[in-house]
Amino acid sequence: MKRMSWFNVTSLTLGFAFLYLPMLVLIFYSFNASKLVTVWAGFSTRWYGELLQNEAFLDAAWVTLKVAVISSSIATVLGTMAAYVLVRGGRFLGRTLFSGMIYAPLVMPEVITGLSLLLLFIGIGLDRGVLTIVLAHTTFSMCYVSVVVSSRLVSFDRSLEEAALDLGSTPFEAFRLVTLPIIAPAVISGWLLAFTLSLDDLVIASFTAGPAATTLPIKIFSAVRLGVSPEINALSTIMILIVTVGVVTASLVSKRNALRAQNEVQAAERAAA
Amino acid sequence: MNQTVFAPWDDPNATPLIRFQNVTKRFGEFTAIDDLTLDIYAQEFFALLGPSGCGKTTMMRMLAGFETVTEGRIELAGQDIGPVPPNERAVNMMFQSYALFPHLSVWENIAFGLRRDRKTKGEITARVEEMLKLVRLEKFAQRKPHQISGGQRQRVALARSLAKAPKLLLLDEPLGALDKKLRQDTQFELMDIQETTGTTFVIVTHDQEEAMTVASRVAVMDEGRIMQVATPAAIYEYPNSVYVADFIGDVNIIEGRASPSGDEEYKLDWTEGQAPVLAKSQATFSEGQEAHLAIRPEKIRISTEKPDDAVNAMQGKVLDIAYLGNLSTYHVELPGGQVIKAQTANTRRIARRDITWEDPVWISWSATAGVMLDQ
Ligand SMILES: Nc1ncnc2c1ncn2[C@@H]1O[C@H](COP(=O)(O)OP(=O)(O)O)[C@@H](O)[C@H]1O
Ligand SMILES: [Mg+2]
Repeated sequence: MKRMSWFNVTSLTLGFAFLYLPMLVLIFYSFNASKLVTVWAGFSTRWYGELLQNEAFLDAAWVTLKVAVISSSIATVLGTMAAYVLVRGGRFLGRTLFSGMIYAPLVMPEVITGLSLLLLFIGIGLDRGVLTIVLAHTTFSMCYVSVVVSSRLVSFDRSLEEAALDLGSTPFEAFRLVTLPIIAPAVISGWLLAFTLSLDDLVIASFTAGPAATTLPIKIFSAVRLGVSPEINALSTIMILIVTVGVVTASLVSKRNALRAQNEVQAAERAAA
Repeated sequence: MNQTVFAPWDDPNATPLIRFQNVTKRFGEFTAIDDLTLDIYAQEFFALLGPSGCGKTTMMRMLAGFETVTEGRIELAGQDIGPVPPNERAVNMMFQSYALFPHLSVWENIAFGLRRDRKTKGEITARVEEMLKLVRLEKFAQRKPHQISGGQRQRVALARSLAKAPKLLLLDEPLGALDKKLRQDTQFELMDIQETTGTTFVIVTHDQEEAMTVASRVAVMDEGRIMQVATPAAIYEYPNSVYVADFIGDVNIIEGRASPSGDEEYKLDWTEGQAPVLAKSQATFSEGQEAHLAIRPEKIRISTEKPDDAVNAMQGKVLDIAYLGNLSTYHVELPGGQVIKAQTANTRRIARRDITWEDPVWISWSATAGVMLDQ
């Protein structure tokens, strides 16, 4: 391998330092024995222990996890269905409009999404709580799932579904037995993406959460305004860990997926040659 | 023993398995199939032959149920199949791309259709084993499609489409991916399978040799229309148009004006300064009507001396010789500039040395050697 020049080494170091130094500082101080955040007083896991005693944080963590699991699951089902119809539905009236509209929430400022959801919930008289956060998160993460799944469906060989129909499956069986197993990696990485998005969302959650239920990001944000405590550092470290695992898994799954699709294409080309 | 020839198409009492009745298929403005009428009989090995884009795959997809008919109707065993969805048709298709399920093993691929029929485990196992044996893939049952060769994949696709014992099996260019040797072996294998299972096969191909080898009848298509339907021998010996004659095998076409000269016999004036060509024809031509005489190269004799018994003989010089091992084709240029191909079998080991480039030679043929065509 070619050795990197000093310039490349410097820019790489600078870039990564810029990205990760703040997080490293946070992780570092989460193991601080002292109550004063910026004064190092030796290694301790004390704040992790105290965190486990803090009811309010544990409640918020539980709500966050529940919301993330439920909303990403619903978003995966809805997003996959939307992707399937948009890629496979043939040309129906207003198709371009629909596919444009599916992607609009991706570029919509979160504040606006949150505000409009809040107005909707007030309008229909829905009390803010876990349900409203789930609905809100489903709404915005569904389009991410739809993007991931439809990019897989575009390269999916249509004749596989036709072969399934030809062999006597109903259209639903063809989807369940042939299409779904093959696009499963894309669906899974869509779910993971939705899960992490829900986990670290602050803006939309703060519009749609009520006094009955708060999520962890909201809790942290409001706690920090009263001053940073080592407990918050510990909590944030745990969240960084979870999000990292989620993102890395999603990217590994979709990478494997891409590799497999590539192998399929190559095999088909070899067969055709 | 009284051997009966399999020719239901000549029997006025036979009922066809498939009837295309004035079928038209349009994609938007484009007409892919144009008012096509065709009968295919049970147990036939029927070949659709034609250049790329003439509508062969479209016909198959209409039979399988993936395309709807724009006008006209298609009957299968007396029933209009228009409203029947693909999963309820007793028709199976072997796809041009094989379309094997990549996430399932060879065994599961073959069992896929049987499982949809709610068959018992025992029945499914027995049938899958039978199919694996038929296509000689017992050893590969547990492999995934990407772990076997192209030829094996093609056999899996065949086994999968045969497993449900369909009334009708559609094969869309099934051998396109194979090299010549494997292709010929597989053609005979297909004919064997067709005979043992008694299934009606409709095969699409753009390879005329393949169609001639496997088929009981061949339909030659052009731009969504059927030009001729006949047995391979009839298509070869009695093409009904210059298009068909030219599409199937090699042919010399001599254009000219016909004039009757006796019982079913015509003189063809084809060029200034040459004697007219004499040809027999069952089709009638009027005085001065434009006609094309189609003669296969192997029906033309080539010699160094003028043959004294030939009805048609003319002199030319050898332009080119193509040595094909078992055959040699001579391209002979006539004084008017036309080039006629003559083919001889190389029955002796040492090729004939007496004819070579630039040699003056005589070519000759009988009055019944060619077919006169009006279009
Ligand atoms: N879904 C489709 N939409 C538009 N045109 C099509 C479609 N399918 C086939 N065609 C056109 O119909 C013609 C016949 O195609 P096809 O039946 O695939 O030909 P082939 O004889 O090569 O199998 C081609 O010109 C093709 O472009
Ligand atoms: Mg085709």
